[in-house]
Amino acid sequence: MRYAAPTSVAEAVALLGTEPNSRVFAGATDLVPQLRAGRPEPGVAIDLKKIPRLTSVAIDDGTWRIGAAAPTSDLTANEALTADVPGLVYASGLIGSDQIQNRASLGGNLCNASPAADAVPPLLVNTAQAVVAGPDGERTVPVADIPTGPGRTSLRPGEFVVEFLIDRPPPGTADAYLRLIPRTEMDIAIVGAAARITLDADGSCVAAAIALGAVAPTVITVPAASGGLIGQPIDARALAAVAAAASAAASPIDDKRGTVTYRRQVAGVLAKRAVAEAAGRARNGDGP
Amino acid sequence: MTITDQRPGYRYVGTRPVRHDGLDKVVGKARYAADLVLPGMLYGHILRSPHAHARIVAIDTAAAEAMPGVRAVITGADFPELPADDPERNTTRNLMARDKVLYEGHAIAAVAATSQRAAKAAAKAIAVTYEVLPHTLDIREAMAPGAPLLHDDVFTTGLDSEPSEPSNVANRTCYERGDIEQGFADAAVVVEGEFVTKAVHQGYIEPHACVADTGQDGKTVIWCSSQGHFRVRSQTAAMLGWDTARIKVIPAEIGGGFGGKTTIYLEPLAVALSARAGRPVKLVMSREEVFRATGPTPGSVIRLKLGAADDGKITAAKAWMAYESGAFPGPWAMLGCMCVISPYNVENFLIEGYEVVVNKPVNVAYRAPSAPMAAFAADTLVDEIARRLDMDPIELRLLNCPSAGDQAPYGPKWPRIGLRECLEAVRDSDHYRSEPAPGHGRGVASGFWFNIGEASSATVNLNENGTATVVTGSPDIGGSRASMALMAAEELGIDVYDIQPVVGDTEVVGFTDVTEGSRATFATGMAVVEACRDLKRQLCGRAAVMWDCDSDEVAWSDGQATHRAGEHEPLALAAITAEAGRTGGPLGATASLNARGAGPAFSVQVTDVSVDEETGRVTVERYTTAQDAGTAIHPDYVEGQMQGGVAQGIGWALNEEYIHDADGVMENPGFLDYRIPVASDLPMIETIIVEVPNPNHPYGVRGVGEVGIVPPIPALANAVYDATGARIRELPLSPPRVLAAITARNGDGG
Ligand SMILES: Cc1cc2nc3c(=O)[nH]c(=O)nc-3n(C[C@H](O)[C@H](O)[C@H](O)COP(=O)(O)OP(=O)(O)OC[C@H]3O[C@@H](n4cnc5c(N)ncnc54)[C@H](O)[C@@H]3O)c2cc1C
Repeated sequence: MRYAAPTSVAEAVALLGTEPNSRVFAGATDLVPQLRAGRPEPGVAIDLKKIPRLTSVAIDDGTWRIGAAAPTSDLTANEALTADVPGLVYASGLIGSDQIQNRASLGGNLCNASPAADAVPPLLVNTAQAVVAGPDGERTVPVADIPTGPGRTSLRPGEFVVEFLIDRPPPGTADAYLRLIPRTEMDIAIVGAAARITLDADGSCVAAAIALGAVAPTVITVPAASGGLIGQPIDARALAAVAAAASAAASPIDDKRGTVTYRRQVAGVLAKRAVAEAAGRARNGDGP
Repeated sequence: MTITDQRPGYRYVGTRPVRHDGLDKVVGKARYAADLVLPGMLYGHILRSPHAHARIVAIDTAAAEAMPGVRAVITGADFPELPADDPERNTTRNLMARDKVLYEGHAIAAVAATSQRAAKAAAKAIAVTYEVLPHTLDIREAMAPGAPLLHDDVFTTGLDSEPSEPSNVANRTCYERGDIEQGFADAAVVVEGEFVTKAVHQGYIEPHACVADTGQDGKTVIWCSSQGHFRVRSQTAAMLGWDTARIKVIPAEIGGGFGGKTTIYLEPLAVALSARAGRPVKLVMSREEVFRATGPTPGSVIRLKLGAADDGKITAAKAWMAYESGAFPGPWAMLGCMCVISPYNVENFLIEGYEVVVNKPVNVAYRAPSAPMAAFAADTLVDEIARRLDMDPIELRLLNCPSAGDQAPYGPKWPRIGLRECLEAVRDSDHYRSEPAPGHGRGVASGFWFNIGEASSATVNLNENGTATVVTGSPDIGGSRASMALMAAEELGIDVYDIQPVVGDTEVVGFTDVTEGSRATFATGMAVVEACRDLKRQLCGRAAVMWDCDSDEVAWSDGQATHRAGEHEPLALAAITAEAGRTGGPLGATASLNARGAGPAFSVQVTDVSVDEETGRVTVERYTTAQDAGTAIHPDYVEGQMQGGVAQGIGWALNEEYIHDADGVMENPGFLDYRIPVASDLPMIETIIVEVPNPNHPYGVRGVGEVGIVPPIPALANAVYDATGARIRELPLSPPRVLAAITARNGDGG
């Protein structure tokens, strides 16, 4: 295995083109454990962290640009970003531990394509877009379109994610993320739920999005649960309906981390709580 | 802290100096077995069974032996077959499978090569032909007729009649007293239940590791991580068929053991590889190997029935206790039987135990082995009795509390014990006297553990400047070096930092049993005290030479020799050692003994929990543990043991479990999915050291290492019941199980 550290997107694209058996990485916090567990080694491991565009976090004309390889500790340290998307930043701060977060990236979290990835549900409810570079230049795709199944993505050979674009949420909007782990840290979500809620001045919901992790082959959005909120106040009845719709939308599997019954039940609970938390933030003006 | 009996004022005992080995550990300088690198050293790798149960048809190592860098390959055929009645026969068959593999992870061959990578690749190239057999992982299934049989030479012992068929049930134990029918007839309340626990691992942070260097003289030196290097020596000798004199074992620092390092896994393999290759060989387990191949503590199924009169007095107990022992039989059910009702005086009981082999790694001791599962059953039912009778759970326990002179269920009369004092300490604690926060549930439980004495040796040498070196044979797994130094300081009257406590290898110190059974500070401490007392006699003799008087005119007090009649100025220890060359030579003393009279240990604990009723997640909000230490030589390490036992008990109760797939393959062999608690899972564990001195120890020590893990399971289960109204009799109390119990409770209209 050879190590390469290109310093520009173009150089990285060229390297991926000439070295077919190569693999990009950012923090390598998924990659290294996978290699240790016996996955085949790439011929060339391409470090994305030396490309400035991939590690910058900035707001530009009302749109956040988050480098795909930026360590999540740079997100949790960014107050302006936290004010705009507190749920996404909170999720980024759940990944592993301080040590892991000094390495781990949103690009890696997304492209590792685990259905339990913590940062992905909040990216979906914020309708984040991914800028993808490849042999045919750059294209922008919804984040939701990238994971296609456990460990699989829609990225074509030679492509990688450069950055994420998130439009600054409108006033009266906030997001939230919650996960269920049996411990308090260093664990993988048995279920994760993100919500983004926009309230009008009367406290009535004008826009809503809900996403669930670890209950399907990819992170899923649940329009059936969020759609019912529009035009409603976020009250107990609305939350009960969210819970029921989220549980119904979940199609989890039994595995060592949780059972179908349990995951389904908890998906509803967390969806409801995430909506309540996001709505609370939106109401208190804790969003943008 | 509660001090219940009179005790003399000590100068060093009971103080909290920084441990002598502390700085090295904090700065990363302490040497563990895996840190050792010798010139020319080879790296070993072990090939392990992918099957839970299979016959080994053939092993072909030719391809592996021909691979680059490979210097030695060994299999079970390279070790002598021990006779059926040899006590180490099963150990040797656990270290290297012979005709059958008995669990997934069972070792079948080992390779030594010039690099880790080469060794791993060569192990992969060993061709093994298996005939896969049906397996059994579950106690109840393994006990049933027609279950897959692990051994055709295991016949149940302890039955009324000699069985004619082999069985997975290795033995039946029975303890019986009084008339249980009458006892239950006298009861106003009868409670019963079946309790199920899963195997759990000790979870020590340091995986097993060793280096063996075998010379052309046929002798070998082993550096390893263990709780007892003398046992490493004898077990290695047994497996190799060698005389123990050919084996020297040097204990490295140990990164946790908790009972799991009281047996061996790697050492004879490393020696055999090293002997064949003519080079030193290192073997280090991965965490995955630790889970797949080393000993958990047993899973269990316990059926218990208790009866109590309407005043709360327990009138009868009936127990059926089955413990799994992994691939080979062990003593686990018997230990469980001996512990189950020991915190209670019960006149009528029948306790039966069954030891069951299953296709899992061989069980090894884990902190008070077998007692926590037994306490889960007993202290849950005692909680039910208290509720049925509307009594305070501590008052109920005080009413049934044994004290000196009462007969323990397993036979002997209790010596002076501190259970009552522990119950009172919890009852009077700030925690117990304050109401649980709204929504929190509270649980109480007690626990018992025997503690043991066994053989220990110590050598104390005085240096010319008046300092001392204390050498013992007890690996220090919980701060015992500091305790040895404190006892020596107290005896000799010199500063604790003027004493260097050392753990000696098998050739520099006398035979010493394993650090287990909470025995090091008790038994090895006794040897240290005895050696120091011998030294004090010698010091008085030297002072007599210096004063030119009779030695019985000299007494030792407060770190100095004094002339009884006051004709000479007292001589400090350093003044005597400085002149030792002139008065008879170096001063040193050795003591070797079989320590008798270990003091039984008791702990009583209370905890408050909150339960998320919608997800089943349990949060431990508050925890207090009281434990009788006899005398706390070094209170920090007593508290450390108390808190450590509770932390491990919380993990066992809430989340730890082995998960196997349908083929008997472990699915969670790592700390990500085998969930021991992380720091943020635990509240501050408040400690109350109770001191009821053990009359059989010069300073009153009882062992403190183990009993702390006994009460947490029932304490937490009782607290979850208090919070939710759901009685859960199966571990772990993981979110899915707790949520299911809450859902069932709701369904019952609860
Ligand atoms: C101890 C520990 C705890 C963890 N805890 C959590 C947790 O709580 N929650 C959680 O969600 N995850 C957790 N993880 C997993 C991991 O840390 C996260 O998924 C992290 O976000 C991955 O980021 P990375 O930069 O390290 O990815 P890398 O390992 O560098 O990459 C992961 C995968 O994505 C690909 N990739 C990386 N960047 C790009 C890109 N820009 N374009 C295309 N493909 C790319 C790589 O080729 C690789 O296949 C944990 C990991 C460890 C070791």
